[in-house]
Amino acid sequence: MAKDPNPEVTTMDGEAALPRSNGELVFEAPWEGRAFGIAVALNEQQVYPWRSFRDALVDHIAADDAEGRETTYYERWLASLETLLLEQGLVTEEELDARMAEYESGERDDDWVPHTR
Amino acid sequence: MHDDNHDGHDHHDGHGGHHPEPESYPALRTRAIESLLAEKGLIASDAIDAIVEKFEQDIGPMNGAKVVARAWVDPEFKRRLLENGTEAIAEMGYWGTQGAEIIVLENTPDVHNVVVCTLCSCYPWPVLGLPPMWYKSAPYRSRVVREPRAVLKEFGTELGDDVEVRVQDSTAEVRYLVLPERPEGTERMSEQELAALVTRDAMIGVTKIQVPAQVR
Repeated sequence: MAKDPNPEVTTMDGEAALPRSNGELVFEAPWEGRAFGIAVALNEQQVYPWRSFRDALVDHIAADDAEGRETTYYERWLASLETLLLEQGLVTEEELDARMAEYESGERDDDWVPHTR
Repeated sequence: MHDDNHDGHDHHDGHGGHHPEPESYPALRTRAIESLLAEKGLIASDAIDAIVEKFEQDIGPMNGAKVVARAWVDPEFKRRLLENGTEAIAEMGYWGTQGAEIIVLENTPDVHNVVVCTLCSCYPWPVLGLPPMWYKSAPYRSRVVREPRAVLKEFGTELGDDVEVRVQDSTAEVRYLVLPERPEGTERMSEQELAALVTRDAMIGVTKIQVPAQVR
């Protein structure tokens, strides 16, 4: 059973507030839902406290706005996730680039990896 | 309603081998992150499915239930809640209606409130989560205004002729939460136990709170 939604996640306000439509979370593409789920899962595993994620997100939103980058909410979310992962040394940039290239070229197509740990 | 048979795994469709168009940078990046983290044993993909589903479907009538239970045990909170629902609910940490006000309506032995949104599906989601399908349906939206007693009866709620039924129409600016009557026989229950009795439907006003069998 998944835990009940963490209010720290659902009540983020201001620029960091989750995109919603009449209360329902809005994901424009499947990857947005995955990126959302990964960030929340890592918090549930106590890899980081939620406020660390929120702070990273707020920073990315501010930086992109300041530099006039018209990135979407979940692009900023993904960048925040990546920042935290790199900071905590959970993955390296090289690993990410390499894995991404494998998916892009079709060399790897193990859709979404094992379902159990 | 079986047109979308989610078994929790079919989110993966569309990421498989046959891409007519190349995947976007963020889609590929997300895949790479998930793949690496799973390899390292930090996350499991089915756990992510469950989380996304949970958040999509269940931001939670539980928040509203906690508000109701607090009002039942704390008369001072109840007074504030009925006076200014938005503020009293914010006290408990639930908010985010993007400007909409929440008005709390108390059901009593004499007055029964029931909530609808005749125009669309406005709903006090910070406390009730996602609206149920029937709340958004055209028949509910039109019928509950014309024949509220008949509709309530279909939900199993029979009201005496001496009970005044008030149908409250939500708008983008004002959302309603019904404070149901506290059932008899629950005097000894804790706030937490009471919250578990409170149902979403009772907070929309289509049902009453049932007395739990064990305290009857």
